[in-house]
Amino acid sequence: MSKIEIKNVYKIFGNNPQSVMPMVRDGANKEEVLEQTGHTVGLDNVSLNIEEGETFVCMGLSGSGKSTLIRHLNRLIDPTDGEIFVEGTNVMSFNKEQLIDFRRHKMSMVFQRFGLFPHKTVLQNVGYGLEMQGKPEDERDRTAMEKIEAVGLTGFENQFPNQLSGGMQQRVGLARALATDSDIMLMDEAFSALDPLIRSDMQKQLLDLQSELKKTIVFITHDLDESLRLGDHIGILNAGKLVQVGTPVDIIMNPADDYVKAFVKDVNRAKVIKAKIVMKKTEEANDIDKSNLIKVNEDQFIEEFLPQIVCSNSNCEVVDKSGNVKGYISNKELQTSLTKS
Amino acid sequence: MDIKKNKKLFFNIGLLVFFVWLLIISYSSSKRKPENVGELLNDFSWLQKWPKWLDLPLMKWINVGFKKLNETYGFIFEAINNFLLAMLMALKNFLILAPWPAVVLGVTVIAYFASGRKIRTTVFVGFCTFFIGFLHPIFWQKAIETTAIMLISIFLCLIFGMPVGILMSRAERIRNKILPVLDLMQTIPAFVYLIPGIMLFGLGAVPAIIATFIYAVPPLVRLTDLGIRLVDKEVIEAADAFGASKKQKLWGVQMPLALPNIMQGINQCTMMALSMVVIASMIGTRGLGDEVLLGLQQLNVGRAAEAGIAIVLLAIVLDRITQSYGETLQERRAPEKKKGK
Repeated sequence: MSKIEIKNVYKIFGNNPQSVMPMVRDGANKEEVLEQTGHTVGLDNVSLNIEEGETFVCMGLSGSGKSTLIRHLNRLIDPTDGEIFVEGTNVMSFNKEQLIDFRRHKMSMVFQRFGLFPHKTVLQNVGYGLEMQGKPEDERDRTAMEKIEAVGLTGFENQFPNQLSGGMQQRVGLARALATDSDIMLMDEAFSALDPLIRSDMQKQLLDLQSELKKTIVFITHDLDESLRLGDHIGILNAGKLVQVGTPVDIIMNPADDYVKAFVKDVNRAKVIKAKIVMKKTEEANDIDKSNLIKVNEDQFIEEFLPQIVCSNSNCEVVDKSGNVKGYISNKELQTSLTKS
Repeated sequence: MDIKKNKKLFFNIGLLVFFVWLLIISYSSSKRKPENVGELLNDFSWLQKWPKWLDLPLMKWINVGFKKLNETYGFIFEAINNFLLAMLMALKNFLILAPWPAVVLGVTVIAYFASGRKIRTTVFVGFCTFFIGFLHPIFWQKAIETTAIMLISIFLCLIFGMPVGILMSRAERIRNKILPVLDLMQTIPAFVYLIPGIMLFGLGAVPAIIATFIYAVPPLVRLTDLGIRLVDKEVIEAADAFGASKKQKLWGVQMPLALPNIMQGINQCTMMALSMVVIASMIGTRGLGDEVLLGLQQLNVGRAAEAGIAIVLLAIVLDRITQSYGETLQERRAPEKKKGK
């Protein structure tokens, strides 16, 4: 059982969404629906599974429905049709109290423009989720301080959010989401409003935290580099439709359609592709010259050994952790993997 | 869609029927109509000048209605009257019986805390208060009478206006129904609701309180509604995402963030109440207004001017206190702005 299962979810915005459903089911696209009925299709038959402990990145341009999708998970938006299961429970079956309880304990969320409470201090902001859970104040403050420390904001706990820089504010947002100790974290373009250096910092911090905490993270972004860096799986949305789901390498090596191709066109492949992906297996590598070899680990990125190969004009021998030879890489493989598309 | 269209059609037909019914009623109830309808077809002179019989008897209806209302529900109005009067007398007597230096000091202390301990504002307000009595000893008591009526009216505004504002911010449908009522309350000349006030409550302070309430409550309602709706959508989403109930959201997030706007509404409410209390002197309400009225009747420029200045001073005192309280709140919310000043 997956942690989160989304099954055939449709979302239509407008006066009478149900009336448009048959048309959307019959495969009318977003423009046709808008033109004929004035309704906007937010999500069009989206189904996906998110496994426990993974970071699932949902990517798409603005208007592709990614923010709509993430809001379905904690029902900030209700679907027009379809089902959403979290840990096997149908989220749509919750009544008001159950929904509130679910939001308090199962999921937390980080927002693009931070969504901090301007009238509360950093400490109160971070403790908000715990306050909603009904925890006593001293426990709240203790946990909040721990999380503030974890995101590196010690000393700022009594400041108000708008006394902090954007990057620091988002750390507060992150700490607030971590404080409730929920299994699932939703991050809606969490780093998009930050400048590139701070963004890369925050990505690293998230990766570090995640390697410890192993939460299930659903991350929304429009930035491919970000999604490749953070995601265990990536889902690409276009005009409300899920175009492709796969690992970062899948997406780059086998883009499903032109939309995805256009997306991955400018990616620095050497940074994303590992040796084991491009190598020729030992039994097929008879034609590769093995006189001048460099040893590389199968999990190394091409970027890491590329300069060496170019300088010494040699080929690679790919080995696994225990030193067994798994395959070989010659210039030919490098060429095809780096220029393919 | 069809039902909606039909509804509109029926509604319009209904309006037309109502209009025709009004015409027939006014014609048949008119005393100056021709002896039979046939005359109208022979003699068309009634098209030249507006005929006397084409007259909606609204005046008669309202008068009869009020008489009936007074006869059947008089005891309710009397109860309201007694209640408000008792409240007013208690407040007035308290302020009048207190030694005047104590009152001046009290106002100054209130200003001190409301302005966030700003010495300048405090001293300024203190002097203004002192000058009201200093202008003319009799003004002291009159100003207290005026203030007492205002405070009771503002109290009524708060307990009725804020809930209505909150309700409006929650549902578009309710807002669309209440907005025209507010427009009406603000555009009908203030004198007009003094008269039904007199009819229901007799001469004196209570109709003035009611009229002041009606005149002063719209800005408070509007600004409460606006303030709540202007709260950042992402902040509301954050509260939702962490499982805040409706009540927790309202009192923990929406109201605190709307407070600067609400304070602005209370400030507006106060100013409008003051202007209305002055007008209310026309129906025998005692206070600073009747000094102006006396000056007018006696063509005593000095007296009217003195009283006018006293009213301005009272306005300044009330404005400074409510305004600076709003500013203090805003600064607490956005402390960085304070640094910039």
